[in-house]
Amino acid sequence: MSPIVLLRDQRARELAYQLICVAVVVGCGWYLLSNALANLARQDIATGFNYLGREAGFIISETPIAYEPSDSYGRALLVGLLNTVKVAVLSIVLGTIIGTLVGIARMSSNPLLSRLMLLYVEALRNVPLLLYLFLWYSVIIFTLPSVKQAIALLPGVYVSNSGLVIPAVVWHSGFWSITLAVVLGTAAALGWQAVARRRRIATGSSQAGWPIAVVLFTLPIAVAALLFEINVDFDWPVLGKFRLTGGAHLKPEFVALLLGLTLGTSATVAEIVRSGILAIGRGQREAARALGLPDGLAMRLVILPQALRIIVPPLTNVYVTTFKNSSLAIAIGYPDLVMVSNTIMNQTGQAIEPIALFMLVYLFLSLATSMLMNWYNGHVALKGR
Amino acid sequence: MAEARNVTRRPAHRNSALKVYFGTPGNTVVTLVCVAILAFAAKAAISWLLINAVFSGTPEDCKAGAGACWPYLAAKLRYMLFGIYPFDEQWRPFMATILFVVAMAISGIPRLWGRPLVVAWAALLPVLFLLMSGGTLGLAHVPTSQWGGLPLSFMLTFVGLICALPLGILLALARLSNLPAIRVLAITFIELVRGVPLISVLFMASVMLPLFMPDGMTFDKLLRAQVAIILFAAAYIAEIVRAGLQALPRGQTEAAQALGLHFWQYTYLITVPQALKTVIPPLVSLFIGFFQDTTLVVIVGLLDFLNTVRTAMRDPNWQGIAVLEGYLFAAVVYFVFSAIMGAYSRYLEKRFRVGHD
Repeated sequence: MSPIVLLRDQRARELAYQLICVAVVVGCGWYLLSNALANLARQDIATGFNYLGREAGFIISETPIAYEPSDSYGRALLVGLLNTVKVAVLSIVLGTIIGTLVGIARMSSNPLLSRLMLLYVEALRNVPLLLYLFLWYSVIIFTLPSVKQAIALLPGVYVSNSGLVIPAVVWHSGFWSITLAVVLGTAAALGWQAVARRRRIATGSSQAGWPIAVVLFTLPIAVAALLFEINVDFDWPVLGKFRLTGGAHLKPEFVALLLGLTLGTSATVAEIVRSGILAIGRGQREAARALGLPDGLAMRLVILPQALRIIVPPLTNVYVTTFKNSSLAIAIGYPDLVMVSNTIMNQTGQAIEPIALFMLVYLFLSLATSMLMNWYNGHVALKGR
Repeated sequence: MAEARNVTRRPAHRNSALKVYFGTPGNTVVTLVCVAILAFAAKAAISWLLINAVFSGTPEDCKAGAGACWPYLAAKLRYMLFGIYPFDEQWRPFMATILFVVAMAISGIPRLWGRPLVVAWAALLPVLFLLMSGGTLGLAHVPTSQWGGLPLSFMLTFVGLICALPLGILLALARLSNLPAIRVLAITFIELVRGVPLISVLFMASVMLPLFMPDGMTFDKLLRAQVAIILFAAAYIAEIVRAGLQALPRGQTEAAQALGLHFWQYTYLITVPQALKTVIPPLVSLFIGFFQDTTLVVIVGLLDFLNTVRTAMRDPNWQGIAVLEGYLFAAVVYFVFSAIMGAYSRYLEKRFRVGHD
């Protein structure tokens, strides 16, 4: 066949396009990679992940697990990752709670409240998160008094220019048995609720739901408290003459980042919750009222379960975004994964491996969050249609 | 439909003001709490901005005062807006900003949307570059390392998104293509970029990219960040455009094929224009998001608006005196631009909804 005939054949053309595309991508990749290898060899920079086992030698200001500068780079990265997860998960939980409340308050019939909440949402959504991080950090560092004159926000909660001090719980023994009891109790209570609900739907007669659930929840905890020795102290911060003693100390970087991420997440969540609830037709609310359900029950049994189907998919995106936004930590010096990686890059001169590593971690976190939320979405989605 | 909406809204207005605010005990409490919050905020703002504020004087006066330091803003305004651009030449970034804003405002008029507008933008960008960079027509050359402030933020956002739009459309088409190799390449790129934070792409551009270039070849730092933003935005635009393409009735493509148009003809003339029209509101939302996200270039050391505001505080004369004024000023600027674009996005949504009814 002559080339002209081949050009007229659609299959051949499609194959040619794809081959050209792949060849261009592979060619560019090969060119860049060979450049990189040549550059690295010339500048005498090591390649590969051997650096993970070497001694880190730098201090990390916030360590959820034991870490010393004599530990390896790998352990330093793990500390950074845990810091990322810690701040992201906390701000997701707090942001969801605040956001849901704000979203519901946005629909209040009281114009004062709904306007105030609109102002809250707009102020947070129209200003970059990074600016807020700098602002909160400056507010903490420059405008709050020193530890000596720490302000008591609540009893036992002090703010000062060195951060936030909150009461700490110190477990001397019995932590795991109580945790296990709480998990068991929650599972039993939820299980009973499901059984009661299924029976009610099947038979139509109402079951004693929550009293038994409460008993099921408290029973394992009581048993654990009786059987095992529980020794727990509340470490209450005390404002002395020169410093605060006791309690858990949250550093300004962490507080600023948590505040910025939480508020930012809450504003987006509020908008999602509001639009989800508004998307449920008025007819649903009116029908619920016609059946004699009070407003609270109508919300819980009729509106929210339907609204959740609309709310969950965009909520997934918000959570993934919060995880990614936690990487702004580097701007105010909170030692998250990116900041630790950056320090490692500067120390070892290896740039490609640390960046590739933290990109992989974020990819994995993003995918894991979306998979978890997709599973939940499948759980609440309409069935059998 | 419009009438029904009006009817359902009426009752709220018919209630007397008293009932809206004090209808039930719970409502009364809500009203009182809101009033208390507002009064507290207003009192704090007025005393800080006006009563306790220092309106003129030296850094020492500000140090003594307890309120806002207005002389700081006056003294550092030019630096915050234009960065280290040569002082006598700062009319150029000023003109560039004005041109940008005017061009954006004109582009916002739906009646003018069309190919002439695209051509006009393509012509405007080199003019703006010439104005900023100089070197000809009697304008002194100013290297990109001295660009900064608000014009830089605008440039990173708008040039980024204008260049990302065609790339995003191509990626969306590739993702919907029935050629498996092309589809897989597009999906890989889009999902990879959307799965990682913008910071990591900026890091790649600023730290990794120089390693991948042949020996002796260097890229401008600003250009590298700009390329990173373009690639990042393209992945997000691709997903939005894909949604628009998929929402298009199949009949459009089939009719075009029946008329004998080949792929690029009906893509250029039929499908993409219609798809773009339906996704304009989400694209504008993306614009707002990216206008705020360009602040991340702070982390790779570019002097965008947020960074000039930040570095202005390091002036030895003012150090430690005005710590919040700059950020609050920047917040107001970002708020105004974002709020205007947000209002515009709502206007578009309303306009398109009416169009569909």
